[in-house]
Amino acid sequence: MDLIELRDIRKTYHLGEVPLDVLKGVSLNVAGGEYVALMGASGSGKSTLMNILGCLDHPTSGEYWLEGREISGLSATERARLRNRTIGFVFQSFTLLPRTTALENVMMPLSYTREGLSEQQKKERAVELLRKVGLEDRIGHQQSQLSGGEQQRVAIARALVNNPRVLLADEPTGNLDSRTSAEILRMFRLLNSDEGITIILVTHDPGVAECAGRIIRVSDGLIADNAGLAAPGDTA
Amino acid sequence: MKLLGTLKTALGALRRNILRSLLTTLGIVIGVAAVITMMEIGNGAAIAIRRTIASIGANILLITPSSASSAGVSIGSGSLMTLTPQDADAIARECPAVASVAPIVRVRTQVVYGNRNWAPNYIYGTTPSFLLVRQWTDLAEGETFTEQDVRNSSKVCLVGQTVVRELFGGESPVGREVRIRNVAFRVIGVLRAKGANMAGTDQDDTVLAPWTTIKYRVASSPSASAGQGGENAGKVYPSSQQNLFPVPSVSQQADTPLPVRFANVDQVMAAARSGSQISPAIRQITALLRERHSLRATSPDDFNVRDMAEIYRAMTSTTEMMTRLLLCVAMISLMVGGVGIMNIMLVSVTERTREIGLRMAVGAEPADILRQFLAEAIVLCLLGGAMGIAVGRGSSYIIASVMRWPTAPSLAAIIASVAVSAGVGVIFGFYPAWKASRLNPIEALRYE
Repeated sequence: MDLIELRDIRKTYHLGEVPLDVLKGVSLNVAGGEYVALMGASGSGKSTLMNILGCLDHPTSGEYWLEGREISGLSATERARLRNRTIGFVFQSFTLLPRTTALENVMMPLSYTREGLSEQQKKERAVELLRKVGLEDRIGHQQSQLSGGEQQRVAIARALVNNPRVLLADEPTGNLDSRTSAEILRMFRLLNSDEGITIILVTHDPGVAECAGRIIRVSDGLIADNAGLAAPGDTA
Repeated sequence: MKLLGTLKTALGALRRNILRSLLTTLGIVIGVAAVITMMEIGNGAAIAIRRTIASIGANILLITPSSASSAGVSIGSGSLMTLTPQDADAIARECPAVASVAPIVRVRTQVVYGNRNWAPNYIYGTTPSFLLVRQWTDLAEGETFTEQDVRNSSKVCLVGQTVVRELFGGESPVGREVRIRNVAFRVIGVLRAKGANMAGTDQDDTVLAPWTTIKYRVASSPSASAGQGGENAGKVYPSSQQNLFPVPSVSQQADTPLPVRFANVDQVMAAARSGSQISPAIRQITALLRERHSLRATSPDDFNVRDMAEIYRAMTSTTEMMTRLLLCVAMISLMVGGVGIMNIMLVSVTERTREIGLRMAVGAEPADILRQFLAEAIVLCLLGGAMGIAVGRGSSYIIASVMRWPTAPSLAAIIASVAVSAGVGVIFGFYPAWKASRLNPIEALRYE
């Protein structure tokens, strides 16, 4: 079984009188170690799909199998635990805690991990990751003292601190200039090829999507195109 | 470990916006300071009032012999001769709840000065500590008699204001001589005016003298016509008490003076150290006197101990009510402080929506978020409480030294205000924390 398997996922919002179908039956497989780009225009349901993939939200109907477990019916608390251990998030707007050092930001997810690491172990782990993203000399810097690219690298270190199997990046280069974007994308590629971390990259930029091994296009709540290295059988 | 982590996160979050944290706690600081200052002022006032109560005699215990009965007919309370001056000394020595004790011998007769006479309400033979018991130590004039006078049966007395008016027509009586049953007493002091007691009896209508003088020179003098003690009672009511021994003639009495082995007093007045010490004092006095009087466990007391419970209760309920009133006012200000904390915490939750969303995205459970915000509120309140204690103690010190109001430190106030400020933290911190924990991470992350 693949790492991620979506079967006929539907999501309906009841905001007004008329129910709004955002996802109209999405089925999707992502194997462990894949590098996938999720593309789509705004309003296509791309963000909703990413929220469901990231266990931030649950589908109205359908099945979501993650690591061989059906998780669409989990409670908020169980989803929080799952996110903590299995999924790392990188957001477009860096989202570091203000007035907090890079080190503290990276250590933050560890404080919600049930397995008790000592304070010293947590620190070592965070420092190790900051070194990996090339920020060992910025450990004590606060959010406001870091450039955009550095902030995003701290965010990546934070996403990796719990050894997740999946890295979910939502427009990670959207707020960066092209040179830093290239740096971040190179880092993703290395993480994917060297460490075998499954990466799902949400973007609207075809140039960024090019980096991925497979591009999934979402359009009007359905998978429109599922091109790339994927195994046959993934249907829209 | 978990608790420590939560506490550290909370402190970190508060440090990030230190000015707002300080302003938020201000409400609690003022509230706790108000509680402590109010309680200390209330305590001081209570102590001052307690002192006043003591001076009107609310913590006085009156010990009288119990009634004798002859052939089943009670003679009335005080008719047994069981209390001795040594009992009074023993009470003063051995009952820790008793502040001072005075034995009393009473007579009721005329006091004569020149061509005037007057029968005071009280002619008391006692010791100098009577003035301590009645909180009457500052005299209007002259000085009091001494233990030496008591030992010597000196013929000296103190007179009250009414006696001064009636006998001396207002001129200073100090140094003059008055006669009580033909015994000449030199007036050495004048009591300060005290007015009527609770029952309406004029307390200034008093003559005080050493009890030995009253007992041996006045009450037992042949011309005694009224007074306490069995021998006199026998004379007033001839049929009520049988003489066990044949009455000796006057010449026989003169020939064989009986050594005084046992002097009884009519009553003993004791002052408890404070209002709350009244019942321990009664217990201690009862135990001591039963032992001294060699009473068996089954036999009844041969004395009565009475307190002024009614007056005491009335006065203490007044102070208690006042303290409670002050506490209510202070609690309201704590409450306002709590609402302030809730306000700022709600603002803080809104302002930090993105942070909450992020924390949730990386795996914070709703319970973690709840705990974090609750911890922040409680830490704020406890810090405010600590500062409030300092401010409250300081301001009560300033009030005491500048305005000369009596204040007294109150441990109860400190404990209560710390408990209340923690409670305020929990109660008013809970709603914002709960609200934060119920945020949808997706919307929280997108919140601008």
